[in-house]
Amino acid sequence: MMSAFFEALQHKFGARIQSMSAEQEDEVYLLVGDPGIRAVVECLRSEFDARLVAVFAEDRCFAEGVFYNYYVFERKGETSYLIVRAPVQPECPEFPSLSAGLPAVNWQEREIQDWFGLKAVGHPNPRRVALHDNWPDVHPLRKDFALETVLPPFEGERHIYRPALGEGVFQVPVGPVHAGTIEPGHFNFAVAGEPILYLQLRMFYTHKGTEKLFEKLPIHKGVFLAESISGDSSFSHGTAFCQAVERAAQIEVPLRALIMRTILLELERICNHVADMGAIATDVGFVVANAHASRLKEMLVGVNEQLTGNRLLRGMVCIGGVRRAWDAAQLAALRAAIDAFASEFQDLIALIDSSESTRDRLEQTGVLRPEKAKDLGIVGVAGRASGMDLDVRRDHPYAAYSRYTFRVPVYQAGDVSHRMQVRADEVRESLGIIRCAAEESLNGDFRAQALPIPADRCALGAVEGWRGEILHWIRTGPDNHLERCKIKDPSLNNWPALVEAVQGNIIADFPVINKSFNLSYSGTDR
Amino acid sequence: MFKILQKTFATGIVTTKYPGEPAQVPEGFRGRPSFDFERWRDARPAADVCPTGAIFVCDEGNSRRVTVDYGLCVFCGLCADASPDQAIRITPEFELASADRRKLVLTAKYRLNADHTHQQLIEMWRGDGHLEAGVESIGQKAREQIHKLLRRSLAIRQVDAGSCNGCEVEIVALNNPVYDLERFGIHFVASPRHADMLLVTGPVTRNMELALLKTYQAMPEPRVVVAVGACGISGGIFGKNYASLGGVDNVVPVDVYVPGCPPRPQALLHGILLAVGRLRGKLLPDRQK
Repeated sequence: MMSAFFEALQHKFGARIQSMSAEQEDEVYLLVGDPGIRAVVECLRSEFDARLVAVFAEDRCFAEGVFYNYYVFERKGETSYLIVRAPVQPECPEFPSLSAGLPAVNWQEREIQDWFGLKAVGHPNPRRVALHDNWPDVHPLRKDFALETVLPPFEGERHIYRPALGEGVFQVPVGPVHAGTIEPGHFNFAVAGEPILYLQLRMFYTHKGTEKLFEKLPIHKGVFLAESISGDSSFSHGTAFCQAVERAAQIEVPLRALIMRTILLELERICNHVADMGAIATDVGFVVANAHASRLKEMLVGVNEQLTGNRLLRGMVCIGGVRRAWDAAQLAALRAAIDAFASEFQDLIALIDSSESTRDRLEQTGVLRPEKAKDLGIVGVAGRASGMDLDVRRDHPYAAYSRYTFRVPVYQAGDVSHRMQVRADEVRESLGIIRCAAEESLNGDFRAQALPIPADRCALGAVEGWRGEILHWIRTGPDNHLERCKIKDPSLNNWPALVEAVQGNIIADFPVINKSFNLSYSGTDR
Repeated sequence: MFKILQKTFATGIVTTKYPGEPAQVPEGFRGRPSFDFERWRDARPAADVCPTGAIFVCDEGNSRRVTVDYGLCVFCGLCADASPDQAIRITPEFELASADRRKLVLTAKYRLNADHTHQQLIEMWRGDGHLEAGVESIGQKAREQIHKLLRRSLAIRQVDAGSCNGCEVEIVALNNPVYDLERFGIHFVASPRHADMLLVTGPVTRNMELALLKTYQAMPEPRVVVAVGACGISGGIFGKNYASLGGVDNVVPVDVYVPGCPPRPQALLHGILLAVGRLRGKLLPDRQK
């Protein structure tokens, strides 16, 4: 069970690791004593070349008298996740910050400060991130805070932006209501003439208490809440949530359902990628390409609806499998649509490639250098365009991905053009996966028998959504409820990349740079 | 350039005929759940599984009141799966928009059996979602009104007051060549000062309350507000909590409610066209002043 990697860890840290257990397959938990966490994290990163995937906390004060911080790691070639659990005593509610050396956890540590009232000691920028400055001093994810609490009217500034000073330097505030049909967030640009000097972000406008609400809903209703974390990733988030529950309860999902999930996950990816490619073209004035791209997306949305009853693939995934099977006619419609789409998609690529002025606007625009991407822990499409060779489908196979071969496109250039290229490559790979999966004989059960879900089990559900790595971490509670559900949308990792990528670009290129990341505000804010 | 034109001609016209002709929806699409109240013997299994509490059961003495709220419904179809008496049927109907929030709620009163199933339907208030007139006539009228009253254009300002972005996906789809909202002279504008209609998704979060209010106040009169989706109507699965204020009408007055999770583009179109009629009502008395 334990690989050489874990044995080496135990050898290295000895007594500092209080316990080591594999609570789930491919999920190893280390309990690390209070003062050791920084050393353990640093050693894991430098000596074992592990990547810190997520940091989050849990309030166990009523049950165990402590808070826990969790540090989730992965390592190349290792399908297991390593989860370091570090207790934080309520008498001394603070933990050592890692952000100074590891900017990737900047926001995540500040989230812990806001949600749980645990102080990240030594954080280079310890201001609020999740709660706006005008919120009262509350910590909503503590167990003694009720979901329905009615907070008094907010007073004061929402956020104090850092001043940008100098001759001819202006600050341009944008949002939270944007010019188009976009989610709300505030961007504060400091510009000197056209070029952007510095961008400050204020997110969490759409915060709606989602993680807290998960603790209130019966698990089966939680699936629908998971689908509403980020609407464009409904199926990915729904699947990540179901996978976490299935692992916790050791429910074996029938192969047929796994294959169907794979098909739907890839359909979601294609729909969003092709829409993004059109939107990127629009933002540099190539509207015709967008008309074709959105038409192509509509072709597949119709298939989504035939297969699942919903255009966004909602109401299909469930604990233990999927809610309905497909007949031969539905599968034939899927295959026909994929074939029709594939040839049209080639035309779309040719159309975009034929426009030199489009290429000119996209190349060298919004560059995110690989070193920066690594520092900031960028994932998904944006990460792969900047040298981050990560893909949950390949690194931690789930659903039926281990049955299919596919290529993970990785580029080093990190500009808008390459974020577009990653999408184009991935669409082709996804078409291949769907073709193979749709050829498999889809027989047998599509939903495991419903079993009671045992209490006090922890599990991780990981999915490569179309944007990137989605994580759901849960602890089950009694009576078919959850004690905690942590959600990490890839957008949370990637917003700081936007700040980096826009620097030095002209403000008129901001929309296309932003679109090339296309991050979810709701997924970030929850 | 030649290639672009060639592709355009080869593609032809892909725009849907809706609302001039009924929409073609794929088989299996989950629209409005329809309730056979006479036949319904037990509402509790459906109420138990409903993720948003759109089906609600309240027992008093030996009678039971069952309410069904399309303004909360996410059209998941679990209620139909859970009801062995087959009193619930999932239909492909999606034209559910209503100017009256109460019309989205059905209430039935039953006499209770000893085993807590119900027996006999005592009475029922029906405010069916689409009593608002056929969509073809709405479409035709709206087009005329947009031409006559609004000088051929209706300007919409969209505000996401906290949605999951599912509704935005479908609102954006209204601009694609298939649904092509511009054919009605309807278009989205960047400034609320140019807008006749405010299209709001959400639940309205505490953090977006002020922005929504300011956007509304910046619009010239007459103006209409359309609340989109289960969350926009009622808060949906999020409801009210420390961070969410629930439906849009808790913050600004709403003229038309469009159920769905999210509403498909045709359903949005239906709601928008319905709201044009409301705008007319507001515009004419104004002119007489």
